[in-house]
Amino acid sequence: MMSLSAMCLGLFVNPPLSPQYTLWNFLPKNLFEQFRRIANFYFLIIFLVQVIVDTPTSPVTSGLPLFFVITVTAIKQGYEDWLRHRADNEVNKSNVFVVENAKQVRKESEKIKVGDIVEVKADETFPCDLIFLASSSTDGTCYVTTASLDGESNFKTHYAVRDTTVLCTDEAIDTLTATIELCPSCTLSLGPENLLLKGATLKNTKKIYGVAVYTGMETKMALNYQGKSQKRSAVEKSINAFLIVYLCILLGKATVCTTLKYVWQSNPFNDEPWYNEKTKKERETFKVLRMFTDFLSFMVLFNFIIPVSMYVTVEMQKFLGSFFISWDKEMFDEEIQEGALVNTSDLNEELGQVSTGCVCICLDGDVDGSALPARSPCSGIPHAPLGPDREELFLRALCLCHTVQIKEADQVDGLMAHPERKYTYISSSPDEIALVKGAEKYGFTFLGLENNFMKIRNQKNETEMYQLLHVLNFDPVRRRMSVIVRTSTGKLLLFCKGADSSIFPRVQQEEIQQTKVHVDRNAMDGYRTLCVAFKELTEKEYDRIDRQLNEAKMALQDREEKMAKVFDDTEADMHLIGATAVEDRLQEQLAETIEALHAAGMKVWVLTGDKMETAKSTCYACRLFQTSTELLELTARTVGESERKEDRLHELLLEYHKKSWTLSQEYGLIIDGSTLSLILNPSQDSGSSNYKSIFLQICLKCTAVLCCRMAPLQKAQIVRMVKNTKGSPITLSIGDGANDVSMILEAHVGIGIKGKEGRQASRNSDYAVPKFKHLRKLLLAHGHLYYVRIAHLVQYFFYKNLCFILPQFLYQFFCGFSQQPLYDAAYLTMYNICFTSLPILAYSLLEQHISIDTLTSDPQLYMKVSDNAMLQWRPFLYWTFLGAFEGLVFFFGVYFLFQNSSLEDNGKVFGNWTFGTIVFTVLVFTVTLKLALDTRFWTWMNHFVIWGSLAFYVFFSFFWGGVIWPFLKQQRMYFVFAHMLTSVSTWLAIILLIFISLFPEILLIVLKNIKEKNHQVRNKMMYHTPLAPLCPALLPRQSGFWAWQGQQEAWQPACAASPSPLTLGGALHHHILVQLLWEVAAPAQSCRGQQGRCCC
Amino acid sequence: IKPSSPCNKCLNVSWDSTPPCTCTINFTLEHSFESNVFMYYGLSNFYQNHRRYVKSRDDSQLNGDNSSLLNPSKECEPYRTNEDKPIAPCGAIANSMFNDTLELYRIDNDTRTPITLIKKGIAWWTDKNVKFRNPTGDGNNLTALFQGTTKPVNWPKPVYMLDSEPDNNGFINEDFIVWMRTAALPTFRKLYRLIERKNNFQPTLQAGKYSLDIAYNYPVHSFDGRKRMILSTISWMGGKNPFLGIAYITVGSICFFLGVVLLFIHHKYGNRNTSADIPN
Repeated sequence: MMSLSAMCLGLFVNPPLSPQYTLWNFLPKNLFEQFRRIANFYFLIIFLVQVIVDTPTSPVTSGLPLFFVITVTAIKQGYEDWLRHRADNEVNKSNVFVVENAKQVRKESEKIKVGDIVEVKADETFPCDLIFLASSSTDGTCYVTTASLDGESNFKTHYAVRDTTVLCTDEAIDTLTATIELCPSCTLSLGPENLLLKGATLKNTKKIYGVAVYTGMETKMALNYQGKSQKRSAVEKSINAFLIVYLCILLGKATVCTTLKYVWQSNPFNDEPWYNEKTKKERETFKVLRMFTDFLSFMVLFNFIIPVSMYVTVEMQKFLGSFFISWDKEMFDEEIQEGALVNTSDLNEELGQVSTGCVCICLDGDVDGSALPARSPCSGIPHAPLGPDREELFLRALCLCHTVQIKEADQVDGLMAHPERKYTYISSSPDEIALVKGAEKYGFTFLGLENNFMKIRNQKNETEMYQLLHVLNFDPVRRRMSVIVRTSTGKLLLFCKGADSSIFPRVQQEEIQQTKVHVDRNAMDGYRTLCVAFKELTEKEYDRIDRQLNEAKMALQDREEKMAKVFDDTEADMHLIGATAVEDRLQEQLAETIEALHAAGMKVWVLTGDKMETAKSTCYACRLFQTSTELLELTARTVGESERKEDRLHELLLEYHKKSWTLSQEYGLIIDGSTLSLILNPSQDSGSSNYKSIFLQICLKCTAVLCCRMAPLQKAQIVRMVKNTKGSPITLSIGDGANDVSMILEAHVGIGIKGKEGRQASRNSDYAVPKFKHLRKLLLAHGHLYYVRIAHLVQYFFYKNLCFILPQFLYQFFCGFSQQPLYDAAYLTMYNICFTSLPILAYSLLEQHISIDTLTSDPQLYMKVSDNAMLQWRPFLYWTFLGAFEGLVFFFGVYFLFQNSSLEDNGKVFGNWTFGTIVFTVLVFTVTLKLALDTRFWTWMNHFVIWGSLAFYVFFSFFWGGVIWPFLKQQRMYFVFAHMLTSVSTWLAIILLIFISLFPEILLIVLKNIKEKNHQVRNKMMYHTPLAPLCPALLPRQSGFWAWQGQQEAWQPACAASPSPLTLGGALHHHILVQLLWEVAAPAQSCRGQQGRCCC
Repeated sequence: IKPSSPCNKCLNVSWDSTPPCTCTINFTLEHSFESNVFMYYGLSNFYQNHRRYVKSRDDSQLNGDNSSLLNPSKECEPYRTNEDKPIAPCGAIANSMFNDTLELYRIDNDTRTPITLIKKGIAWWTDKNVKFRNPTGDGNNLTALFQGTTKPVNWPKPVYMLDSEPDNNGFINEDFIVWMRTAALPTFRKLYRLIERKNNFQPTLQAGKYSLDIAYNYPVHSFDGRKRMILSTISWMGGKNPFLGIAYITVGSICFFLGVVLLFIHHKYGNRNTSADIPN
């Protein structure tokens, strides 16, 4: 349990956070933690009772299993903690160089103090938060990648504090005495660009100096680290409920026995017959005390009904079972050479429970470099009469207006390799890369940035140089970015690129019309659109802008606002030169996967930062919405503007609510971020607090919900909202970007896609898969199987302990309620840890009651296990009755057998230990064979373990009874087992009893088989006869399937038709259609999604 | 086989009454017993499986361990020591050993012919030879070996005087060993004697009148118990056991019935199955 935090910490470990134990405190602390668990504590109490009170069984019988369980758990946790220590040491013990007295001193990174001047070399990670003082490059810049922090793998430029830039050697840096705080008069402005955060990595810069400002727990990374709360699975809750039932049974039994004992003993010759006198001590104790100890003794005697080894088995099952997910070859991705990753083994079975909940998928585009940019004449109509010049300008704009960097060959996390090229483009936004590559297709290649000159190779293979003067960075509010460059001829140009809504108001109005049509059409088709505009600046204008920009950058207060204002002023009165469209190509098998999830009864919610049109068409493309789906829109468009918003929203909600109650129609809901915040945080007035519930009701009625323009926090909000609805559905979030992390952490099960946007999502997730399509197998096959396995495991455990203890309970009625154990102590001890533990463990690891292929191909099977179906009270009662039945059969079978004078052919008689041994033998065989009956998937391991356990039991019994053990006080079992086997009647009785016990089970299997066959036959007939349409149960899904296939085909040609000659149109207005891979997932929405949308 | 009448007078005997109260019970065998006959005594309402009782023994003492002989286990309380001397064998089980003497006579024309009762071969071989051993020491004189111990409170004689034969005396006395194997249920039987078939021409016990002489020492009335004597023959699968037979017959017939039903169902659906396959 505690181990969870370890794994999710990953690289983020920080000394005070992660390891829980040291070598010294491991034992006490771990024991304390373990005994905080109710079950363990219970067994500890039982153990102590056994030590203190005179109980029927020796303390060993419950002490040994408890010791075993505790040891196994301790080893597991110790191992995990060791891993944490190791990860910590990597970070904390790594050496850093600290400049002291003009000399480099080597220090361990955990010993850095605030104020130390630290030297960091290229490709090293910053050991703490630093103020950037100087770098090896004279201009005082350095490049940093924050891939491990937020998943953005591009290089960000950071600037040294201006006054210290020159101090670029050890000696020089030592002369720095002024402290920033003490120098209020010479105020320097420090911004984020001066701060180097712990965890980020220095790139492309030889070395830098920085002064440590925050260390340890105070670093931004540590502060941002969201402690991951422990996720508990529904199964565990069921287990606890069952435990309580069994605890009640236990208490009930003990009470009944104690009461009856004293009723029985009220007869003096029963209490103390002449042949069986009490000891002096017994006679002298008070009656109340005696009753109490009797009660405790019965508790001890029956305590095995609470399966001591269940927890450890469940834990082992989860721990080992998670390997099966990571080993799954089908979930191995060739491209990134990685398979699935399991960060939390505690939730395996929860994967099989997602059915009721929502799959929150964040859609966001991601580019794959291997996808070739295709030029599309989707809008072939020339927009402005500017001729080819305009086209070139457009391409130049694409080449210049971006923040793409060139990375030589060397791989950086999250990059795409270009085998044929010596370099790759890297950028925070895949769209930018797509656009640059698109331009390259048309002959304009961006060659990189050198000394502030951007080099471009144009169509004629000449190199053009542009001096980069300013980059007006992208921000989510403006939703655009600009660059100001000076051409080689001295002209000053400003290129601006951004979302249509932010560009159109800033360009000549007459230019808009035509472009708008194309943009809208492209957006409808699911492309991500951007508009590009430019303007020429005069020297005078530029000077003013330059000055203003510098001023704003230096401003100490309201810097953001000032900057925004300057940007706003600068990016005005531009000329529209064109629009781009980037296609997100859906990740392979995305649609099929979503369809399968749908069929499995899951509600799919798409949470994306994209604009509505794009998201909507994507949803169509991935079949989330079908043509037959009626869409209910709750967006800025339908709700309208300003004041009347709330009323209008209210009306809409009510209307949709009414609509959604008619079941005949499938509904899809679209909602955008602003409307959602209106619903979730309504203004005080209007009695609109019930918006939320109405909204939820609508949502639950809809087959699919699309939420666009979501901020990361909103995503988490939605997940929380769904989580807390009635029936508390199990939610699953899947995403691949840093902005999905909050959502992934919030959901019951968080899945990260090992995307190209860094590892943030996969690191914080419970499971990480390489591709979205793997979700299908993960849920439908693994999830289903794990759920079935663990449910069976839990039920089986309760069952086997019930029929273990029931005969013991019944025996009390025949031994004067004297707490005489039926079984020998060795059997009591070994039953749960040796004789019956391994078969069920093997079963719970390997069982496939339905083959994986069937499971993946028939999503409807998933619904069978939804709602925790196998751990509801009905199956629990079934198992309990089965256990009780078998317990009765065992005991009374042998009881009647013992009515006979002698069971041996030489007339000799058996004693009470033989009685118990016969019951126990029948028990072990029945319980194991029952499991064998349940096993549908036999591997050599199952055979080995099942038959091995039985053989071990027989062997052990011989061995245990074959020797006079000097350490035992009583040789109760001496040759009891061997003698038992010499009796033919015993053999016959054992076989008979095993058969009777299993009889209901066998009968059930036979009946089920008949039913299934019957079913199959009927299905077959339905399928192959003209009657088929009359069988509504089966076909709707099928027909739906075909319907959409048709739709999809229609959709594809629409696209295929587009590649026609660009040259024909001589289009000025180029719509570059870059085909992108859709990685559905995540989304970087705040930082990446929006950037993706606008800045590129 | 315990009519209460003739022995009623003995109901209130105590352990050490000397001479013992004796009584005779007459009975008639309807059929002759052809093969070896096993003679059991049965007790009812005697909780030999009571926990306090079951654990009240010292197996290492019974195994001939000399130190345990003189210092029995605490489990034997309150039958551990008597007058500061260790009890051998200690414990409640040993103390309450069945000590009635049964003798069987065949009454043939008013002459009572005693029937030979064999008292060896009634205990488990492993018990007699491994688990139970007399203490070891110089010589074979049991009296000397048990020096320093005292007899169980209820016993009339010490343990080394249980039988005249040395290989059936002391801890390895078979009656004693049989008694020490505690019964599973409060109503139980224990093997008392064997009656071997003498020759092939005569049944072991002919039909006719018999009388059983009982030296009544063992009080059961105080706990509402009863005593019985059972004569039984044994087949290859043990004594007469109606349970197994009935159970097998019941289960067998249920299975057969279900088998027929299922066969019928299978037949029915099998037909449908084939007919459905044809369109394929």
